Amino acid sequence: MLNSVTLLIAITLMYSTPMVFAGLGNLISEKTGVINIGVEGMMTIGAFAGAAVCYFSGNAWLGFLCAGLAGGMLAVLHAAASIVFQCDQTVSGIAVNLIGPGAALFICSLLFEGATSTQPVSDKIPKIFGDISAEGILGNLNMDVTVVIAFLMAAGMWLLFYKTKWGLHLQAVGEHPAAADTLGIKVNRLRFGCVIASGVLAGFGGASVTLGIVSQFTPITIAGQGFISIAAVIFGKWTPHGAYGACLLFGFAQALTVLLGGGESVIPSQILAMLPYILTIVMLVLFVGRGVAPKASGKPYEKGSRT
Amino acid sequence: MNKIADALKKPVIRILAAILLGLMAAGVILAIAGYPPAASIAALGKGIFSKPKYISNVIIKSTPLIFTGLAVAFAFKTGLFNIGAEGQFIIGCLASTLVGVTVKLPAVLQIPLILITGMAAGAAYGGIIGLLKAKFGIHEVISGIMLNWIALYLSNYVCMLPAFRKGDTNGTDQVSEAGRTLILGAWKKTGEGAAVLKKIPVFGEILLKTDANIGFVIAVLTAVVLAILLKNTIKGFELQAVGYNKYAAEAVGINIRKNILEVMLIAGAVAGLGAALYITGNSPHKVTVLSAFEGMGTNGLGVALIAGSSPIGCIFSGLLFGGLLYGGQALQYEVGAPTEIINITIGTIVFFVAIIQGVPKLLEKYGGRRKGHAE
Amino acid sequence: MKTISKEYAVQMHGITKKFGTFCALKNVELNVRAGTIHSLLGENGAGKSTLMNVLYGLYQADEGEIYLNGEKVKIKSPSDAIDLGIGMVHQHFMLVERFTVLQNIILGEEKLSRTGILDMKKAKREVEEIAERYGLSIDLDAKICDITVGMQQRVEIIKALYRGANLLILDEPTAVLTPQEIQELIKIMKNLVESGKSIIIITHKLKEIKAASDICTVICRGRYIDTVKVKDVNENQLAALMVGHDVKLVVEKEKAEPGEAVLEVEDLVVDNERGIEAVKGLNLQVRRGEIVGIAGIDGNGQKEFIEALSGFIKARSGVIRMNGREIQNTVPETVLESGISIIPEDRHKRGLVLEFSVIENAVLNKYRKEPFSNRGFLKKAEMEKFAAGLIEECDVRPADCAMTQAGNLSGGNQQKLIIGREVSNDPDLLVAVQPTRGLDVGAIESVHKTLIRERDKGKAILLVSFELDEIMNVSDTIAVIYDGKIQAVYEQGTVDENELGLIMAGGKQHE
Repeated sequence: MLNSVTLLIAITLMYSTPMVFAGLGNLISEKTGVINIGVEGMMTIGAFAGAAVCYFSGNAWLGFLCAGLAGGMLAVLHAAASIVFQCDQTVSGIAVNLIGPGAALFICSLLFEGATSTQPVSDKIPKIFGDISAEGILGNLNMDVTVVIAFLMAAGMWLLFYKTKWGLHLQAVGEHPAAADTLGIKVNRLRFGCVIASGVLAGFGGASVTLGIVSQFTPITIAGQGFISIAAVIFGKWTPHGAYGACLLFGFAQALTVLLGGGESVIPSQILAMLPYILTIVMLVLFVGRGVAPKASGKPYEKGSRT
Repeated sequence: MNKIADALKKPVIRILAAILLGLMAAGVILAIAGYPPAASIAALGKGIFSKPKYISNVIIKSTPLIFTGLAVAFAFKTGLFNIGAEGQFIIGCLASTLVGVTVKLPAVLQIPLILITGMAAGAAYGGIIGLLKAKFGIHEVISGIMLNWIALYLSNYVCMLPAFRKGDTNGTDQVSEAGRTLILGAWKKTGEGAAVLKKIPVFGEILLKTDANIGFVIAVLTAVVLAILLKNTIKGFELQAVGYNKYAAEAVGINIRKNILEVMLIAGAVAGLGAALYITGNSPHKVTVLSAFEGMGTNGLGVALIAGSSPIGCIFSGLLFGGLLYGGQALQYEVGAPTEIINITIGTIVFFVAIIQGVPKLLEKYGGRRKGHAE
Repeated sequence: MKTISKEYAVQMHGITKKFGTFCALKNVELNVRAGTIHSLLGENGAGKSTLMNVLYGLYQADEGEIYLNGEKVKIKSPSDAIDLGIGMVHQHFMLVERFTVLQNIILGEEKLSRTGILDMKKAKREVEEIAERYGLSIDLDAKICDITVGMQQRVEIIKALYRGANLLILDEPTAVLTPQEIQELIKIMKNLVESGKSIIIITHKLKEIKAASDICTVICRGRYIDTVKVKDVNENQLAALMVGHDVKLVVEKEKAEPGEAVLEVEDLVVDNERGIEAVKGLNLQVRRGEIVGIAGIDGNGQKEFIEALSGFIKARSGVIRMNGREIQNTVPETVLESGISIIPEDRHKRGLVLEFSVIENAVLNKYRKEPFSNRGFLKKAEMEKFAAGLIEECDVRPADCAMTQAGNLSGGNQQKLIIGREVSNDPDLLVAVQPTRGLDVGAIESVHKTLIRERDKGKAILLVSFELDEIMNVSDTIAVIYDGKIQAVYEQGTVDENELGLIMAGGKQHE
């Protein structure tokens, strides 16, 4: 019994981790008022970059960091479009979601002789308790270190938002950029930085899949997890702790899919696969409160404007 | 500077500029990766235009994209982002195939039945998004994406049910001959039909070697109907009013929720129609288990964005996509470049479409300063 | 030009500012003596706010210099302005609604503890000290969205003082205050000046200039007009300077001859969007051939009353009767059909679809009817004809604007379009909410004339405005709203401003 429970907890946490990273990324961008639905594309390029760098270098952490770098670079496109050119942020996000996977597959094709998947990596993200191959409870709870990193990131973001002056600035920029501007806060600079941060985080999220949960990049490794993380932010009511909890919930749904679908279960695997997505809709219907998004969300800021 | 800014204010110029920039960017990327850009563009052109059957295939490939593009563009006009077009297309395919396989009527009844089924199924699925937004305020981007995945797995599940599955294959039966919308489909398969067609130059080759079907014609008609709807009818006026400013629309008595639902029903129906024509017009005329999205809806997003959400624009934008996607296969063959560059190209074009919106404003801001003291 | 001297808190000389091809300011002069209250007078769009935005660093002037206390300075951003001791209270408050008062005050000037996190206790102590020193009492832990507008203004003032401002700029400070709150503000300003601060108030309210300031500089269409000692001029002279010609300050109209009641509201109760009662049993009547003006401070239920009347929200109880027919708790369509036309408070939100053309906006509430449509299809020629007529009749400029987007018209012309459109409905009841907000003197005059003309045609007019002068000048009957109820009703001419101000603020009628 305890065995199954610990297994469930572990798988839930493992599956939530990529979404936590992506969700935090989406959150920090949205908090400053920039809509970022491109996290899916940023996750994908991060997933690929992580796997590729790890394969060629043999070092998982190097891969992890490069994944963040890749996500951040892609985010520069979104930031430039949204902040400098002040274009429609949703459209720019869609463009990122097209360019990200496109670039990932293209470079993959170049590096891996025309294949659209990377070769499996030999060195994955280390586990918490190291290389033990114990069965039972300890073995079950021996999750990737990225799980812990994700949790620390969430906690760190909570501290940032609610206990530091940067957090106050961030929130002000998202709620009333003109007010922040009149007090000397550099609105667009802050937004730019946060969008890049969102790309870095999403990249980490991608790598936590290809270097942790599986061990390679394929065209379907990031299957909508970026979008699910956006939903998590929405009904976490745009808070770090809320988003973390919501991601856990979705991770739980995915864990169920894995656990029940593997064996001889009554529920067909395809129906199980639908679970996380149906759950998202149900939760949104039941729990979303209106009007909690940052007030200036989606509106580009022009100096001297009165809104 | 100001002349450029003024020119860029016209939608057609903007889009052409974006396409040009996107292609140039792709050329740069290819050059960096070690492939000759000029030869690549030439290969692309060759893959699209050098044989009649290529051109035919481009048109055939662009047909479903025009439909999904319309499904997105129409919703866009009224302020809704129909990312769910992919799911509406999948459900449309499923419903059309099931009817096409199980019902046995003569062609003159079978084809309209299948098309209407596809439209109804797509409409219903799109309507779910509309309902979720109108009643619960759920954003259509999130619900659309979730429903896309649900549609994928639902389709996989249903097509493998014993009732519909064909033997040991991973899919359904084929839609009966009577239900197919190929041009002279049955006749060209007969011995004498093939003989006659071999003698006719351009069109004979097209009919023999490609799945030429009536889908494109219907796509163009649909685009025209939607364009007229938006520009010249009361409904179009209301839908756009709601899309631009729902508060003002409410103030003059327009029912916003009803409109949101109606838009999604229409958009879903368009996607479903495209799906029905896709199944009936293209071999293998059946639904199989998919491991990932085919991308009709996703590409439809790009089609709509590049078309600037104009229904007529979707026709050309759809053809552009068809050309890129089909001709892109020639890249691998001729130059050795990975076909995935096409994906990047499409993404880059959409990116430039987004950015160019903001360029006139920027030019004016900086151009004005350089003008000096005019008065 | 005055000599540069330490006697002046600020001197702005030869300021020119252009936005693209539009020249907002040309060669403007401003000299503010230290320790005075200096008013900056001009119509909407004259350039007063632009001039102060240059002083505060939000804009950079294309030409000209700024001197503070005799020293030349360059102000490239609000941070520079704040460092130089300039503080600004904007017309539209720059407050984050979800934050507390304290958070808003310290934003950008946070106090940090040794570990780098926010030290809110220290900040609170410092802010409390400042508030006490200048006699401004305030609840630091309240959220902005929960406090009154008058309190919000105080927060803005404390914000400036917390940053060590010696020169305070107040942009249209009295626009949102009751007569009593205005008196309090004037007292606070005089207090601050006595402690050595200098104050610039931007305003178009002639009465306040006379009451509060020592010197007044007049700007018209971006150009410097004159600087006068306030006690040497009267309101009419100031108005003439502001506009460039003589202006009638009082509305001319015949006495009203009201007929039977057209609108009857009985015991109306409406909740606001947070579920709290905002309209608490409102009773009102508007008759044919009568202008009823509702006087009151923003936030006393006007918004909810109008929204319920328009059919946007439901009433909890009570009755709204139009020509004998009950129309509460129906839909906007029913309200419009019952003979009501509404000129909305927010023309960009409710009044127009900015992306639509002027033609499309002109028929925005008519497109369904003959002759503008037939069997589902729009009749474009008829729409164009109607719009052309409207544009000419209402003097919407530019005259060839039919195909341009409504968003490209100026505020005044947009309002003319909306009013013309609503009047063309030939309604039984015309509701005008803040119809002259943001308009210049000429446009205001024309709007008032239109309302009176419709009244003389026998229409019932309901006017809701936060400008007490407007209510007192235009209405035949004045109803005062406070705390969700009509507290008192007066015939025009039987009540003065002070009494009205008292009731508006919750006082009791003098018997």
